[in-house]
Amino acid sequence: MSGSDPITVNVEEYLGLNKYEVDEDHAHITLADHPDPAGFGQLVQVCPAALYTLSATGEPTFDYAGCLECGTCRIVAGGGVVATWAYPRPTMGVEYRYG
Amino acid sequence: MADFDAIVVGSGCAGPVAAYELAKAGRSVLVVERGNVCGAKNVSGGRLYTHSLRAVFPDFAQSAPLERRIVRERISMLASAAATTLDVSDELMRDQRYESYSVLRARFDPWLAGQAEQAGAEFVNGIAVESLLKQDGRVSGVRAGEDEITADVVLLCDGVNSLLVPQAVDAGRPTPDQVAVGIKHVIGLPEKVISDRSLCADGEGMAWLFVGDATQGRIGGGFLYTNRDTISIGLVATVSDLVDADTPIYQLLDDFKRHPSVAPMIAGGTVLEHSGHLVAEGGYDAMPPLVGDGVLLAGESALMCVNAGYTVRGMDFAIAAGQQAGRSAAAALEAGDTSATGLAGYRTALEDSFVLKDLKLLRRVPRFMENTPRIFGTYPALARDAMRSLFLVDGTPMNPVRRSMLPLARRVGYLNLARDLSRGVKAL
Repeated sequence: MSGSDPITVNVEEYLGLNKYEVDEDHAHITLADHPDPAGFGQLVQVCPAALYTLSATGEPTFDYAGCLECGTCRIVAGGGVVATWAYPRPTMGVEYRYG
Repeated sequence: MADFDAIVVGSGCAGPVAAYELAKAGRSVLVVERGNVCGAKNVSGGRLYTHSLRAVFPDFAQSAPLERRIVRERISMLASAAATTLDVSDELMRDQRYESYSVLRARFDPWLAGQAEQAGAEFVNGIAVESLLKQDGRVSGVRAGEDEITADVVLLCDGVNSLLVPQAVDAGRPTPDQVAVGIKHVIGLPEKVISDRSLCADGEGMAWLFVGDATQGRIGGGFLYTNRDTISIGLVATVSDLVDADTPIYQLLDDFKRHPSVAPMIAGGTVLEHSGHLVAEGGYDAMPPLVGDGVLLAGESALMCVNAGYTVRGMDFAIAAGQQAGRSAAAALEAGDTSATGLAGYRTALEDSFVLKDLKLLRRVPRFMENTPRIFGTYPALARDAMRSLFLVDGTPMNPVRRSMLPLARRVGYLNLARDLSRGVKAL
């Protein structure tokens, strides 16, 4: 396998099919101020919602809004990259219609 | 005097069944579920072996929202460009003892919760338990927002990513080698099309597991379950192995869906939902204690999940454990002792049932998978090449089968083959 497999899938489009009640006022996952690049890279691989991404210039970006609430990033933690992890506040977050 | 005899945290498979047993025993029981409706936060592959559900609700088939009865099993070794597949159909899959169904949790879980509610359990939805109340070291209730609710016993059925388990018993969070990340698409297709593609009648369906190229050599596999008018397709990959992969999990899923042996099954379908979920894969040795003072764990909060490679089970474990947790909690309440000692019968009962017996039997499987990476790359390619030597005909003179097969075995090394086989047999 090459180290630069192209990303052809648009996960954001898929997330757009899900039902969410996004908590605009409160981030249920927060990251360290200066995330360790190696740890952040691990989170890029495992997050099924592609919330952890690297921009074209290699800058780490993160958005909690499309979270599937699986908890994988809580387990990996990326060497301290994930500073706090909680479930979204009651009635907020993803609402699976199929599951 | 506590507010309730029992509080159940989480309404998945284990929670409602535990609550049903407690209510049936005449106990006051409150189920606290953070989803707006039961099932809203729940995901499975999903295929449910119904033996344990039948033990609780003998007539479940008349009213439960099941998708299709599974009557066809497929397991494929997936290599680039090819699949080598075992396809099994068997009349006994229609026998009540062995029946299994595909399910969608957002439909199934509300039904299960309804059974507990009808028996007298109270439900509150859209309320998250933030922490456990403790008194003199024992769990005495739950805290949710401003509210504190007390109970003589608390049952944690809040899933694989429980934030409460470390507060309840001596256990940390699972480590990356003990869990896998699951990703799934639910794809809409006409009912008849799904039946035809899986060679099944309407109402009946197929379970299809994949190893190899599905995860592009990483530890894990692919799955496909036919539902009534949708197909559940996804991947499960061990987290500790995936973290340094070249391809993120969502791209692996996209590649898997486009594999030439998989794509025709979902062609023309519409993606309806994109989901993710953690799967407990550490087996028996990763499990937390099941009992503490004033508290019981059932289902995936206790990492009750078994992946033998050819079957993946969690929901039937959760239902059986929920039933036993409810009964043991009711017995402890009756005896007036809900300390860890008073609740110890729960663990004993599970040790006598398939729940802990199967988890113990398969305790070596996670390590075997980890130590045998050839399963996920070399062997599927080997199977492909062996089949090519049998089935591809271009008019050049044939080789005797042994002459085309031996070099393939030599590629892996006879010793490695023998070792992997022997380890596999021991693990299973």
